Amino acid sequence: MLELSTIWAGIIAFAVLTYVILDGFDLGIGILFPFAKTEKDRDVMMNSVTPVWDGNETWLVMGGGGLFAVFPLAYSVVMPALYVPVIIMLLALVFRGVAFEYRWRTVRGRWLWDVAFHGGSTVAALCQGIALGALVQGIPVEGRLYAGGWWDWLTPFSVLTGVALVIGYALLGATWLNMKTTGKIQRQMRSYVRPLMLMTLGLIGLVSLLTPFQDPIYMVRWFSGPGVVFTVLVPALVTAIAWKLDRGITEQRDNQPFVCAIALFVVCFIGIGISFYPYMLPPSLTIAEAAAPDSSLAFALVGAVILLPVILAYTAYTYWVFRGKIDPEENYH
Amino acid sequence: MNLLANFDAETLARIQFAFTVSFHIIFPAFSIGLASFLAVLNGLWLWRKDKAYLNLFNYWKKIFAVGFAMGVVSGIVMSYQFGTNWSTFSDTAGPVIGPLMAYEVMTAFFLEAGFLGIMLFGRERVGPGLHMMATAMVALGTLISATWILSVNSWMQTPAGFDVNELGQFIPVDWWSIVFNPSFPYRLTHMVLAAYLTTAFVVAGVAAWHLLRRNRTAEVTRMFSMAMWMAVLVTPLQIVAGDLHGLNTLEHQPQKVMAMEGHFDSHPEGAPLILFGIPNEDEKRVDYAIEIPKLSSLILKHDLNAPLDGLDTIPDDEEPPVAIVFYSFRIMLAIGFAMLGVGLWSLVQRVRGRLKEDRWLHRASVLLAPSGFVAVLAGWITTEVGRQPYTVYGLMRTSDSLSQVDAPAVAASLIAFIVVYFAVFGAGTFYMLRLMGKPPVEDFQKTQKPIEIFTLAEAA
Repeated sequence: MLELSTIWAGIIAFAVLTYVILDGFDLGIGILFPFAKTEKDRDVMMNSVTPVWDGNETWLVMGGGGLFAVFPLAYSVVMPALYVPVIIMLLALVFRGVAFEYRWRTVRGRWLWDVAFHGGSTVAALCQGIALGALVQGIPVEGRLYAGGWWDWLTPFSVLTGVALVIGYALLGATWLNMKTTGKIQRQMRSYVRPLMLMTLGLIGLVSLLTPFQDPIYMVRWFSGPGVVFTVLVPALVTAIAWKLDRGITEQRDNQPFVCAIALFVVCFIGIGISFYPYMLPPSLTIAEAAAPDSSLAFALVGAVILLPVILAYTAYTYWVFRGKIDPEENYH
Repeated sequence: MNLLANFDAETLARIQFAFTVSFHIIFPAFSIGLASFLAVLNGLWLWRKDKAYLNLFNYWKKIFAVGFAMGVVSGIVMSYQFGTNWSTFSDTAGPVIGPLMAYEVMTAFFLEAGFLGIMLFGRERVGPGLHMMATAMVALGTLISATWILSVNSWMQTPAGFDVNELGQFIPVDWWSIVFNPSFPYRLTHMVLAAYLTTAFVVAGVAAWHLLRRNRTAEVTRMFSMAMWMAVLVTPLQIVAGDLHGLNTLEHQPQKVMAMEGHFDSHPEGAPLILFGIPNEDEKRVDYAIEIPKLSSLILKHDLNAPLDGLDTIPDDEEPPVAIVFYSFRIMLAIGFAMLGVGLWSLVQRVRGRLKEDRWLHRASVLLAPSGFVAVLAGWITTEVGRQPYTVYGLMRTSDSLSQVDAPAVAASLIAFIVVYFAVFGAGTFYMLRLMGKPPVEDFQKTQKPIEIFTLAEAA
């Protein structure tokens, strides 16, 4: 019988992955914003996500709110441990979120909100990557409280994962724009895909090499017993996806590079999952230890099982409504 | 920084939560009302085919979009505020209130966000029927969101349906009693009506502003009329709802009502209603009190001579701060009665057919435009400060709810929030006011497609 806490860990992981993919490409657009050559190009880039960004970001609330609901102990340990990057990320998201509306409300001040959009997106991505690195490094817990210092999260490794996520999101953003735009801006974005992909692969490689040295449990997981299978499989999958992505760019395909970039994120995410399981916060808390009582998990699960498919359905519908290339002449505001 | 150096981490964390949640509540209070207003406008446009409704929809839609964006980003902050500064509370109360918040995300936030894009930008793409549905879904989402979050807050005020486990955590036993805890129906009604009134008075203020500038288009007069109907009909309902909410509070949280009333002493033979005064917490009395004998007993117990206990029956370390609660309660009440007054005034002028002409009514409406926000904040301050010194009333003290945080970290993040919020939401408010400053007219660029211009030219 599958434990309720394991099911919930899967749901939270799914929410986080969905967030990373969906907000990943719209944060990526913010990261790439200053590379746009004209005002018109920036309009098109932003309009490609204007109708959906809000829904994308809701997955972050699902991740945070879900963690609070079903793993309150993990939530109450992680937030103080990652206090600084979490607060900076939230403030950065404030800037880039309001920019979607504000930049259409002013002509003189538009540049300001362009800067806010780019800066907010980049800083949010960096903080998310740093938070991931800090989780991989391990968070010390004593009793039911975070037992580390204020700046424990800040290490060369976490900065590396931060930069890796910024570059990875930029890759998602560039492939999204390659799919959604036409003409000059599409050619420009397509030309960024290959260098971004190579950088992303390099950073994934570096992070993967360093991860086993962060904690002995990763070393055991990846280099002994059945884990060795993954150690061979994951790099093989990454290589195959990268090859497909590269072909998609050479053949000037619209959708294939974006799909491949998503696949890259999915594989890496599964890799992290393999490293962590059965821990929620390695090496201190397992999934079962961090979970709320079964009555909480069961109550919330009923809703999740019914509602998440419905949510995915109408989210997909919204994407369907706004499918296809962005018409540069169509202005949403 | 020096100013904040004297505070301990708990005080700073409380200021931070109060600050971020106060900023946040302003936007939902507005978007709950405005989303419903937009749904009504769109429905009227489809039903009556009167262009004025469509123009009004498009006008308020832009303002809604700016307000909603601010609500979203300030709301994301809230979902993490429980963990950063209040992690002991999160660990202890999480098993009960966490799932309620998860339901809020799953039933409301996704619904709003999912259909917002179609509502704002999708009319031409999906057709009028589905666009209407999307608009209704956004409005429904705001109401569902209010339902869950008020259930959470009410549970913290009047906890029910739980047990405590060996770790000291609150454990859900009966979800029905948790969700429908004793104060929830009253608080929900009171807040939703407050949101509707807040929006109605913003709409009225904007309409009145344009009427004062002799801008008597169909759009302007119609929205003024609609807003004034809301004022007439909803304000009395709100006063009744508030009264019932107060009686419920008296039953479950008597010391909050004692602070609201300024009753430091017990009154065995009927308590006076203190209209104004200055609570003196050191001497435990209200200075310069202007009071009406026995009226408080009449209001709270429906009996002039009913005895009412005062704060003298409550141990000092279980009392809420009196002055803040006393003042904020009066501010809320004063605004409520001002709204009632303007509503009745408008009814008289409507009957006399002078709704469009009475410039003093228009001036009063402009004056009251932001009053709903003040009343909402004052009401929340009354109920939240009145719950002190507890986070979970009677069970978990605020001082036991804090994270292991150091004062400098909380101070630094507090300053960052203050600077960013005033800058970002200040700019947003400015943009909203600028949009409101323009009269609602047909947006030629958008609605006049080249083909229509061609036919117009041909017709001419």
